[in-house]
Amino acid sequence: MERVPILKIGDILLVSIQLDMSDQTAVQLQEDLAERIVDTGCHGVIIDITALDIVDSFVGRMLSTIASISKVLDAETVVVGMRPAVAITLVELGLSLNGIRTALNVERGMELIAAAHADELEFQLDDDPDETATT
Amino acid sequence: MTADIDLGQPQAQAVQSDEDVVRVRQLVRAVAVAVKLSLVDQTKVVTAASELARNTLVYGGGGSVEVATVDNGRRKGVRIVFSDSGPGIADLDLALTDGYTTGGGLGLGLSGSRRLVDEFDIETSTETGTRITVTKWSR
Amino acid sequence: MALSTEESGRLAALLGEQDERVTTRWTEIVTSSLRGRLSQAELRRQVQDLHRAIVTTSEQGVIDLSADSAAELRAALSELSRGRARQGFSATETTISIFALKDVLAELVQEAGGPNALHDYVAFSKLVDEMGLFTFESFVRTRESLIADQAEQLLELSTPVVKLWEGVVAVPLVGTLDSARAQVVMERLLQTLVDTSSPYAIIDITGVPAVDTQVAQHILKTVVAARLMGADCIISGIRPQIAQTIVALGIEFGDIATKASLADALRHVLRLTGVETARRQPRRGI
Repeated sequence: MERVPILKIGDILLVSIQLDMSDQTAVQLQEDLAERIVDTGCHGVIIDITALDIVDSFVGRMLSTIASISKVLDAETVVVGMRPAVAITLVELGLSLNGIRTALNVERGMELIAAAHADELEFQLDDDPDETATT
Repeated sequence: MTADIDLGQPQAQAVQSDEDVVRVRQLVRAVAVAVKLSLVDQTKVVTAASELARNTLVYGGGGSVEVATVDNGRRKGVRIVFSDSGPGIADLDLALTDGYTTGGGLGLGLSGSRRLVDEFDIETSTETGTRITVTKWSR
Repeated sequence: MALSTEESGRLAALLGEQDERVTTRWTEIVTSSLRGRLSQAELRRQVQDLHRAIVTTSEQGVIDLSADSAAELRAALSELSRGRARQGFSATETTISIFALKDVLAELVQEAGGPNALHDYVAFSKLVDEMGLFTFESFVRTRESLIADQAEQLLELSTPVVKLWEGVVAVPLVGTLDSARAQVVMERLLQTLVDTSSPYAIIDITGVPAVDTQVAQHILKTVVAARLMGADCIISGIRPQIAQTIVALGIEFGDIATKASLADALRHVLRLTGVETARRQPRRGI
């Protein structure tokens, strides 16, 4: 079975799904990611699905579950790069991906996570304005 | 899909494992591209095939999928037949309702994939299993 | 309705022996029907092509227009009708070019005489009829595909997606929105969001005279799809009648932002992005 690699970039875990995942691979990714969040103490997860030409209800559910799990582990999940055709199909399918944050691309996803994280830092690092102002 | 496929012939694919569902997706995509479905329509039919192939595996206990091209003189299309010899669907109307599930999924497999294709036909019996035929036409 | 081997043999002989005369006479008859809209030389070339196809096919024996052996003849006929359809000739003007062969054949058969004359003429003219029908059908097919192409071009032209500001794109919709066009708009808009990496889209429907359930559904689906991709849509320019229709149809716009005018919508977006630069990015979820 193939595994999806998880990269750590600073405070963010980046998962770029490049293959047509079997259901088993998807479940494995879910488990791997939970472990890596705890191991690394990262506060953000970006799942890049630019390469996915379809998202069916199974993958949709996996994305929702990952978002929920990471929330419990104090990490923000952003799904980025969904193709227009995939989005149109998901709407038709009736899948709303509740609770998942989305962004157009990895860059915007990182901004989103930085902003969310800045909210928390704002209080702690009140004496360090640079940290909060630059997002 | 790297292998050349002969579009004149219906392509069969057994559905016995997770990997087979992936193969069904790739097969359907190859045929959908060959009959020149638009990108959105390709995505729709492949997604529907993925849902239904998973149903065949999970609820039907495995089965087979046949993918063929169809031509009604004006338009071309993809026709996919999913068959299993599983327990059948007891209450079809209920099974086609959004959000209804017996398998712990989201309950969008049947109802959702019906919205993604142009023709959707289902035959089911508790003795012979379930056979679902879907067709997507090019525009 | 195939021609038998003897009949096609006689047809081949009749047409083949006097090919110069046949094509000249044929061209003459067609020329008068087309009233000089096609040059004599071009017409003559077309007629010669057809003549050659008929002779080669009939030399092979049985003529059946649907058979494999008649592929060349069929190709010549569709070539002719395709050309005529594109040049804007009418269906009658096109098929007459084929039916003119009947007049030529009548003259030839009459001259040749013989006991089989009437029988042959009936058989030949049946073949010509078939060829005429075939031509007519491929003419119609060509016209249909021309119309489809034009409709598509029209769709392309009528749905511009424009960049309004850094990170903001807009689709000014003008004219009646049918389901097909709504779909094209939807796909185009979503693709532009990706291409320009714009998190905001404004759908302006000031120029849309009426909205039915289907079109409203399409707009709603676009908004939901955009959100799935990580972008927000604002709908502007909803006219009073349309607002009434939307409510009367019971369509839920839910939490979708609606603004009176395109200017208001842009101001709304700029305020959102303005807050972004001054303080922080807004939290966006679905």
